Amino acid sequence: MSDPTEANSTAGSAEAAGPAESGGGPGRRVRVVLVDDHRMFRTGVQAEIGQTEQTGVEVVGEAADVDQAVTVITATRPEVVLLDVHLPGGGGVEVLRRCAPLMADAEQPVRFLALSVSDAAEDVIGVIRGGARGYVTKTITGTDLVDSVFRVQEGDAVFSPRLAGFVLDAFASTDAPPVDEDLDRLTQREREVLRLIARGYAYKEIAKQLFISVKTVESHVSAVLRKLQLSNRHELTRWATARRLV
Amino acid sequence: MSEAAAAPLAEPRPPRKLYRSSDGRWLGGVARGLAGHLGLPVIWVRLVFVGLFMADGLGALLYAAFWFFVPLGVGGVEAQKPPSLVSSETSPDGRRRLVARRPDKGQMVALLLMVVVAMVFVGNVNLSGAARAYLWPTVLVGAGVALVWRQADNARRARWVEVGRRRRTVTLLRSVGGVLLVTAGVSGIFVLQGSAAHLGSVLQAALAVLVGITLLAGPYLVRMTQDLSEERLMRIRAQERAEVAAHVHDSVLHTLTLIQRNAENANEVRRLARAQERDLRTWLYKPEGTGKDEADEPTTLADAVRRNAAEVEDKHGVPIEVVVVGDCPLDERIAAQMQAAREAMVNAAKYGGEGGAVQVYAEVEGKTVFVSVRDRGPGFDLDSIPADRMGVRESIIGRMERNGGTARLRAVPDGGTEVELEMERAEKTS
Repeated sequence: MSDPTEANSTAGSAEAAGPAESGGGPGRRVRVVLVDDHRMFRTGVQAEIGQTEQTGVEVVGEAADVDQAVTVITATRPEVVLLDVHLPGGGGVEVLRRCAPLMADAEQPVRFLALSVSDAAEDVIGVIRGGARGYVTKTITGTDLVDSVFRVQEGDAVFSPRLAGFVLDAFASTDAPPVDEDLDRLTQREREVLRLIARGYAYKEIAKQLFISVKTVESHVSAVLRKLQLSNRHELTRWATARRLV
Repeated sequence: MSEAAAAPLAEPRPPRKLYRSSDGRWLGGVARGLAGHLGLPVIWVRLVFVGLFMADGLGALLYAAFWFFVPLGVGGVEAQKPPSLVSSETSPDGRRRLVARRPDKGQMVALLLMVVVAMVFVGNVNLSGAARAYLWPTVLVGAGVALVWRQADNARRARWVEVGRRRRTVTLLRSVGGVLLVTAGVSGIFVLQGSAAHLGSVLQAALAVLVGITLLAGPYLVRMTQDLSEERLMRIRAQERAEVAAHVHDSVLHTLTLIQRNAENANEVRRLARAQERDLRTWLYKPEGTGKDEADEPTTLADAVRRNAAEVEDKHGVPIEVVVVGDCPLDERIAAQMQAAREAMVNAAKYGGEGGAVQVYAEVEGKTVFVSVRDRGPGFDLDSIPADRMGVRESIIGRMERNGGTARLRAVPDGGTEVELEMERAEKTS
């Protein structure tokens, strides 16, 4: 029971979405494409994060359905795509499927961050398995969204507390023997990190709590993301196919 | 007899209609349904039927008549809870699932009993030799009819209850068995009547008639069933649409109106929107019959946590994010933990709400249930609270310890307070 002093009670940088306060930082730029079928939402996001001078985010294109999205992304080659899960024409997963070569590009990969109003397990797990580097709900604040975008740009993963919860659920210890020991199990450390994310800790706080560096936290989360995308655990596949998302 | 008082019930029941009971029946559910209707114990009704059966088989006729005319329904006796179409139970992992009925053990017993009673009856009854000879074929016919009818009941029932997919062959075998029994019985009667010589031609004639009827009425019947199922589908769709419309109308439009009225009160608008969003999500994404009714008490941990968070959120206007991993049924200890958790949520909302959303995390791991409630407020120190403020000390720490759990409060380095509650589940592992 430590006694909190005035100095470190930095209320205000409230972050429900977990990412540490990396922020854009001065001079950093990221090119973003918005894919969402609700024009109002696109306008809102544009207004919130598109002030390039302040945020460092430059919105280079928008799309309202799958075909448009693939066209725009191929034409503009953004660094990060904000992708709505539910889209006319096959949903976000279809966009991910058709943009797979761009994602795998060694020179300048296009990375995806999924956004949705839904927080149903099958949606979340579905887009992550489709290749998205993170998942946030649309209630996220502008600041947090900018942070998440930069995080994804760097190749890190963005886990919301809810996503962490799903992952813990999916990798819960079962009696079923793992098919692939490397992919079907979370290490103790990864589990601890996920637990803290689910409890609403930012990466910086997790690092403090576990006496490791923020970089290490990030690499644990990235490892979990990889397992999430490659493991064939029954729960994951079940969730992902629940709405024929994969 | 019909004046018998029904079992007293907590809530007034709608006027009862006579149904055959689809649960716990032996044969056709007639006795059960009657018993439920008359408010008598089932065994009495069954005995009465057996007694009547002794009286020249009147019971069997009566039973058959009931079976034929009374629709299959739900309920019957044991109406402590309002009859629900589906019996469900909470499995250890906290999921509610439908319970498929056990294989019809009761039916076997019933059939055996019938046979015994029939034997006794045959032994006792003083029929002339001629009539007596007809008895066995008649019994055969009866048994066959019972089998087929029973199968029809099962088919109806399966529409209400997702019974674990029985192998189709069993169904088919039963029906075929029933038909064979009836055929054998009827043939027996023919043979006894001495028209055995004509049996062949009679059968042929019967077959010809059957084929004719099938040819004439077949297409019509097929079309009728198709029309019926289509109509049913339309009706279900219409009902669904009406339900959606009603819900949207009742709650969503209402909320939107309130939001417009309170446009200048940001907190109230936020609260209204959150509450409506939660409500709509529950309504859209939750499977049928789980927590849709505000009235029913939560029975699992996840339900209880969400329910508490929702209530606190509504009351204090601070968003509460809930993440639950795993689930388990509630027992007394966990219920106490829920109360402590609720208290922690209230504190977090009251004193730490200005720092943003309160984060609640609950996890079931084996026998341990862990709940953490975290806010990003100014933080507080347990020692600096005056001794007369019993909130935290009593309703969180005290409550947990009395029930054999632990509670820890700590200040988070970067601001805010975290309450961690840990509790072992009660021994009884369901």
